[in-house]
Amino acid sequence: MTRQVDALQAKPAPLGRSRFLSTLNLANIPRRGLILLAVLLALLIAAPAFTSDYLLSILILILYFAYTGQAWNVMMGFAGQLSLGHALYVGIGAYMTAALFIHFGTPPWIGLLVSVPIAMAAGAVIGFLAFRFRVAGTYFAILTIAFAEFARIGFDHWDWVGASSGLFLPVATYTQNDLWHLRGRPIMFYYLILAMTVLAFLLCRWLLGSRLGYFWQAVREDEDAARAVGIATFRTKMAAVVISAGLTSFAGMFYAFYYNNLFGEQVFSIGRSIEIILGPLIGGVGTLFGPVLGAFLLTGLAETLTEILGLIGVDLPGAKQVFYGFCLLLVVMVMPEGVWPWVARKLGLETRQ
Amino acid sequence: MPLSLYLNVAVGGVLTGLVYGLMALGLSVIFGVVRVVNFAHGEMMTIAMYIAVVLFAAFKLDPLVMLVPIAAVLFALGYALQAGLINPFINRPEHSQFILMVAVALIIVNVLLIAFGPDAHSVQTSYAFDSYEVGPVIIDAPKLYAAAGAVIVAALLFAFFRGTRIGQAIRACADNYTGALVVGLNVKRLYALTFGIGAACVGAAGCMLVVINDVSPAVGPAYTLLAFVIVITGGLGSLPGALLGGVLIGLTEAMAGVFFTPSAKSMFAFAILVIVLLLRPQGLLGKRA
Amino acid sequence: MSALLSVAGVSKRFRGLLAVGNVSLDVMERDIFAIIGPNGAGKTTLFNTICGVFRPDGGTIAFAGERIDGHPPDEVCRLGIGRTFQLVRPFPGLSVLDNVIIGALLHHRSVEDARARAEEVLRRLDLFNQRHQRAASLTLPDRKRLEVARALATQPRLLLLDEVMAGLRPTEVDRMVAIMTELNRTSGLTIVLIEHVMRAVMALATRVLVLHHGAVIAQGAPAEVVRDPQVIKSYLGAEEL
Ligand SMILES: Nc1ncnc2c1ncn2[C@@H]1O[C@H](COP(=O)(O)OP(=O)(O)OP(=O)(O)O)[C@@H](O)[C@H]1O
Ligand SMILES: [Mg+2]
Repeated sequence: MTRQVDALQAKPAPLGRSRFLSTLNLANIPRRGLILLAVLLALLIAAPAFTSDYLLSILILILYFAYTGQAWNVMMGFAGQLSLGHALYVGIGAYMTAALFIHFGTPPWIGLLVSVPIAMAAGAVIGFLAFRFRVAGTYFAILTIAFAEFARIGFDHWDWVGASSGLFLPVATYTQNDLWHLRGRPIMFYYLILAMTVLAFLLCRWLLGSRLGYFWQAVREDEDAARAVGIATFRTKMAAVVISAGLTSFAGMFYAFYYNNLFGEQVFSIGRSIEIILGPLIGGVGTLFGPVLGAFLLTGLAETLTEILGLIGVDLPGAKQVFYGFCLLLVVMVMPEGVWPWVARKLGLETRQ
Repeated sequence: MPLSLYLNVAVGGVLTGLVYGLMALGLSVIFGVVRVVNFAHGEMMTIAMYIAVVLFAAFKLDPLVMLVPIAAVLFALGYALQAGLINPFINRPEHSQFILMVAVALIIVNVLLIAFGPDAHSVQTSYAFDSYEVGPVIIDAPKLYAAAGAVIVAALLFAFFRGTRIGQAIRACADNYTGALVVGLNVKRLYALTFGIGAACVGAAGCMLVVINDVSPAVGPAYTLLAFVIVITGGLGSLPGALLGGVLIGLTEAMAGVFFTPSAKSMFAFAILVIVLLLRPQGLLGKRA
Repeated sequence: MSALLSVAGVSKRFRGLLAVGNVSLDVMERDIFAIIGPNGAGKTTLFNTICGVFRPDGGTIAFAGERIDGHPPDEVCRLGIGRTFQLVRPFPGLSVLDNVIIGALLHHRSVEDARARAEEVLRRLDLFNQRHQRAASLTLPDRKRLEVARALATQPRLLLLDEVMAGLRPTEVDRMVAIMTELNRTSGLTIVLIEHVMRAVMALATRVLVLHHGAVIAQGAPAEVVRDPQVIKSYLGAEEL
C-alpha cells in the first residue's frame, strides 16, 4: 500500500521477499503490524482448544459480522455507495443454498454456484437501475432497502422456500464433521467462518490496492473528478455492487447451515441489514481492519452486557440493540472515522486507507 | 355489491392516506429545511402512539383530544434532538447525519421494546365501530375523524409557513442557507424549530393513526420507510406533494389488500417508489433539481 | 494543418440564460491558447461543454478530427483531453501520490507503472516531497498544482486549465508559467487556459480569445487583443478599477 507516512516507507521492501507476500500486499505492512496479525490469527486458530461452547458460539458470531462487514465495506467503504439492504444478499445466499440442499440434496458448495450468481445478478439489477437513472446518496440507500423489503415479502409468500412457516434444514446429533455437506459440530463452523474471514480480508486488501480499488476510491471521493480523469464510473460502481453482493451471499450459505432455520420475515429485515453495517461503521469505514475490529468490539461488548444482565437476572430483549445504538452514536460523534484509525495511530501502525 | 365494497376500501385507503400524508409532511419539512434525512421518523411517531396508548389506558383520554399536548411533547423532543445532537453535524457529509439518525432509530425502537414488550397495543375508543353511510359508501368513523384531523393540522402548517414571520424565515433558510446567515437569521435555532415542527407533525399523525391502527415497536421502521416512500413519491420538500403521495400510497395499500393479500401490501408501495425513483426522480410534485 | 480542437458555433443555455452563445474557436497542435473575459462570461461553461459535462444546445466540437460533443466526460478524457476544475476538486481523503496514480492508471494497467509515472509528474510539478500528505491538507496553490498533476498523469494531448494561477503569489505564477512552457516545449502538449492573471496570459499565450456575455468579442495574438478598444472597455478596463 502506498498510504503510509514517510517514516514507515523509508525502507523499500527488501528484494527477494516471497512473491506470495508481495501479491497479497502484505510486504508494506509495518513489521509490528505483521506480528500483531500473526499473534491474533494464532490465537483465533487455537481458541477452540480452550473456550467453552458458549464462547465459541460468540466467536462465530463475531467472525460472521467481521466477514459480512468486510463484504459491505467493499461497496460503501471502498466505492462510497451506501447500501442499507445487504440482508438481501445474505438472504438470497441462505435461501438458495438451503432450498437446493433440502429439495435436491445439493451440497452447499455446489449450491453456491447458483446462489452467488443470483445474488450478484440482484446486485447488478439494483446497481443498473440506480446508476443509470442517477439515484444517488440517500435515495440510493432507500432503494437498496426497498429491494430487501421486496425480497422479505416475496420470500414470505413463496411456498417452495417454506413461505412464512420457515425453511428448516434437517438436524441430527453429529459426531463427525461433514465439511462437504456442512453438517457437523460448531467447531467446524468456527474454522469455516475463520477461513472465510481471513480470505475476505486478503481479497479486500488485494482489491483495494488494485487498479479497480483506486478507481473505487476515486469515485468515493469525488465522482465528477473521477470522470474527469477518464474513469468509467458506471462500470466501476457496478463492479463494487456485484462483488460486494457476491461476497455477502457467501455468508448466507454459512448462516443457513449454521442456524438451520430461515424465516424471510427475519432474514431480510432491515434490522439485519443494519447489524451488518454496524461493525464497519464503528471500526472504521473504508479501512481493512475496521470491520474486524468493529465486530469484535461490538459483539464482544454486547454479549458481555447480556451476560452481566443475565447474571443479575434481567432478560431484556432489546437491551443489546439499545447498546448498539449508543455505541454508534458515540462513535459517530467522537470518532467519525471509526475506532481503527485511532487504534492504528496509538499502535504506530499509520496505514491510512 | 362488490363495487361498493371496493369503493368502501378505496375511501378507507384515501382517509388513512391523509394521515400518512401528515406523517410524511413532517419528514418533508425536516428534509426541505434542515437537509437531514430523518431516519428515525416512524420511530418518533411510535413514541407519540405509545404516549396516546398510555394516556388512554390510564385516564381514558381520547388520542384525538390529546393531539395538542402530544404534538407539543414531540415538538420538544424534536427541538432537543436537533439542538443537542444534529446541529453539531450540519457540516458533516450527508451520510454521517444519516447514520446518526439510524442510531437514534435503533435506540427508540428497542427502548420501546423494553418498556412495552413486542406485542401490539391499541386504543378502543367509544366510536371505534361507528360508521357513516354516505349513499352506497360506508365510512368508518375513526378513519374519518383521523383524516379530518390530519387535514386540519396540515392546513395549519401551510398557514404557518405562509402567514407568520417565523414560517417565512424558515422558508428563507430552506431556500438559501448562506443567504439566511448573511441577513443575520439564527440558522441553528431555526433548524431546531423546524425539526420540532416536523416532529410535532408526526406526533399529531401518530395520535390519529393510533385510532385506526395498532402500535408495536416493530412498526416504527416500517413507518419510516413508508414516510420515505411517500415523500419521494410526492416530491421531497413539496408539502402538497407529501399529502398527495400519502393519499396515493394509502389508496394503493388498501386496494392491494383487497386484490392480493394484506400482508403483501407494502410491496406495492415499494413498487411505486421504485417506479417514481426511476421515471420521475424529483417526485410527482417536486421541482427538478 | 487542421486544428487539434475545433469548436464551431457552440451554444449552451441554463434555462433562460445564454451562458455560451455561438462560440467558435480553433486550437492548433502545440498552441497555448488563452480564454479571458469578465466574471460570468461563460468561460467555465465553455470548458464544461468541451469536456462533456454539458451537452451543447447547438454547434459541434471536434477533437483530433473526431466529433466529441455529447460524449460523456470520461470518454472525452480517454480521447486525450485533461482538465482542471476552477474550484479545485482533488480526491480529498487520498494522498497526493494516490491522486496522481489514479490519473496515471488511465493508461497504465499495472499500479506499479502508474506509480512510477505519477512520481515523475509530481517531481515535475514540485509536489514530490508532499506526496504522502492527504490532498485535503495541502495549501490552495498546492491543490491547484495537484489538479494539474492529476490531469497530466492521464497523458493528455490537450490540457484545459481553469484559472490555475488565481490566488498564487507572483513568484508562484512565474514558476507555474515556467512549468507550462516547459511542458509545451518538451512534450508538445497543447494547452487551453482560462486566466484572469494577465501576467501569465501575456507570458504564455500564443493566441487569446475574449469572451463577454457568452460571446466572442475578440480573438488574435495577445498583443493585438489587449489593444482592442472593445476588450479594454468591457474587460481590461474594468480589471484596472
Ligand atoms: N450549472 C449552472 N446552472 C445554471 N447557471 C449556471 C451554471 N453554471 C454557470 N451558470 C451561469 O452561467 C454564466 C456563466 O458562468 P461561468 O461559470 O461559465 O462563467 P466564467 O466565465 O467561468 O466566470 P468566472 O470568471 O467567475 O469563473 C453565469 O451567469 C453563471 O451564473
Ligand atoms: Mg469560471
